[in-house]
Amino acid sequence: MTEAPADARAHDEDFEDEFEDTPLQQQPPPRTQRKTAPIVPSQNVAGRALVLVIAIMTFLSCLTLGAVTLVRDTASVWENQISREATIQIKPADGLDMEAALETAARIAGEFAGVRATKVVDRQATARLLEPWLGSGLNIDELPVPRLVIVTIDENSPPDFAAMRQAITPKVPTATLDDHRTWVDRLVAMARTTVTIGTGVLVLMLAATVLSVVFATRGAMAGNGHIIEVLHFVGAEAGFIAREFRRHFLLTGMKGAAAGGVAAVIVFIVFSWWSSRNLATPEADQATALFGNFAIGANGYLGVAVIVAVIGALTAATSHFTVVNYLGDIDTHQPDGM
Amino acid sequence: MIRFENVGLRYGMGPEILRDISFHIPERSFQFLSGPSGAGKTTLLRLLFLSLKPTRGLISVFGKDRSRISRTELPLMRRRIGIVFQDFRLLDHMTTYENVSLPLRVRGREESSYRTDVTELLKWVGLGERMHVLPPVLSGGEKQRAAIARALIEQPEVLLADEPTGNVDPPLARRLLRLFIELNRLGTAVVIATHDLGLMDQVDARRMILAGGKLDIYD
Repeated sequence: MTEAPADARAHDEDFEDEFEDTPLQQQPPPRTQRKTAPIVPSQNVAGRALVLVIAIMTFLSCLTLGAVTLVRDTASVWENQISREATIQIKPADGLDMEAALETAARIAGEFAGVRATKVVDRQATARLLEPWLGSGLNIDELPVPRLVIVTIDENSPPDFAAMRQAITPKVPTATLDDHRTWVDRLVAMARTTVTIGTGVLVLMLAATVLSVVFATRGAMAGNGHIIEVLHFVGAEAGFIAREFRRHFLLTGMKGAAAGGVAAVIVFIVFSWWSSRNLATPEADQATALFGNFAIGANGYLGVAVIVAVIGALTAATSHFTVVNYLGDIDTHQPDGM
Repeated sequence: MIRFENVGLRYGMGPEILRDISFHIPERSFQFLSGPSGAGKTTLLRLLFLSLKPTRGLISVFGKDRSRISRTELPLMRRRIGIVFQDFRLLDHMTTYENVSLPLRVRGREESSYRTDVTELLKWVGLGERMHVLPPVLSGGEKQRAAIARALIEQPEVLLADEPTGNVDPPLARRLLRLFIELNRLGTAVVIATHDLGLMDQVDARRMILAGGKLDIYD
């Protein structure tokens, strides 16, 4: 075996002259130094496509989240507004002193814990209520029109409606207490269904976003296989390689996600502005009736921030696992890896 | 330094590509690894570089059994082995200087601590003027020298070169060979995989000929 250094037959003395550059002092001035290149190149077509995909998916996810937040808040408002009141209806009967009956019912109801206030709907107000059907100039006393007492209740600790009903009926036999339970139940069911559907759509949207981001990241990573290999072969530890890619893709992900999130917030603000600007117009009234005042609130904006952060983290995590898998493959599955 | 004993390798359920390979690469030695195309030279280099595990036999690298080297230890072992790929494997978005300094950078070393070393090495391989140029602008020979410089920057104990003269003309091949000889004189063991008989005739060095999965050694 040849343990001694090789003996070149050619003239080795020439070696120094073959490759050596001119002495340092004779060299031209150094060219403009650029900043050290990042180990993972910052931009390529796949990288730009990834930013775009992430931005679009984040935008759609944030819009879905905003819509669900809006529906949930509106449903909650419907529910609370209806359940905040109950109505005592007193039908006229022979010999019944309507005004006294109204006072009695209001007094009895007002004595119950959980009742904040009672209000008798006076003649004028009752006439106004009936005006669309019976026209103006109506004399209430000429018609057997039922009268109402509105009971405002504490929605956090509502009164015992059954006991209230039992207390009122003996004193005012023609009184009926409507606690709006039927309406509330129907509205609650409808609101819950709407929110459930919205949440389902949001979950599907987020799942689609996760999958798109994962596959787009893997696609972008595929173009970086040679970098992983070179780093691996020059002795970089797996942790170092994974860290470099994670950092790069976290930034890429956050860039796309932030763009999508900001676009969604702009849409929310524009809708909110449109809604406030068109206040009291038929279009806005219709929209307000359906969706409240179009403000998605702090929770909506917080949700947008969370989506942006999660998508950034997801991109980074995907790149991390792709690197780890790739490194595993280099040493085991690639017969022509070198 | 690196010892193979009855090493065999097959990919999956295929036939054995390497059979009963036994040899020793001593310190400061110089050898050619030759054989026809497809004989398994690159595979043998991968085994030497710890990038593959043998299916049988014993490989001992720097006194350590290959089968006992964990994945976390591999990078540390690889730092003692320099490798020059046939296709250079330079990163196109980095300058020659950055490519050559990459092995030091991945160790977390500060640029100021290795700037002089990298500059000196690049001058030594004749790339002092091409330091801040991106690889796509370099000629084949320059790329080859940049790849060699990258393999040498950490002063490895062994240098493995896969067809280092495959992409260059005969005069440049001769110059690259001299570079390897000079390096060997400075104390690095060198293994050059080549099928260029003309190149091998220029140096009186051990020849390891791989054919039909078997290795013959001519000292």
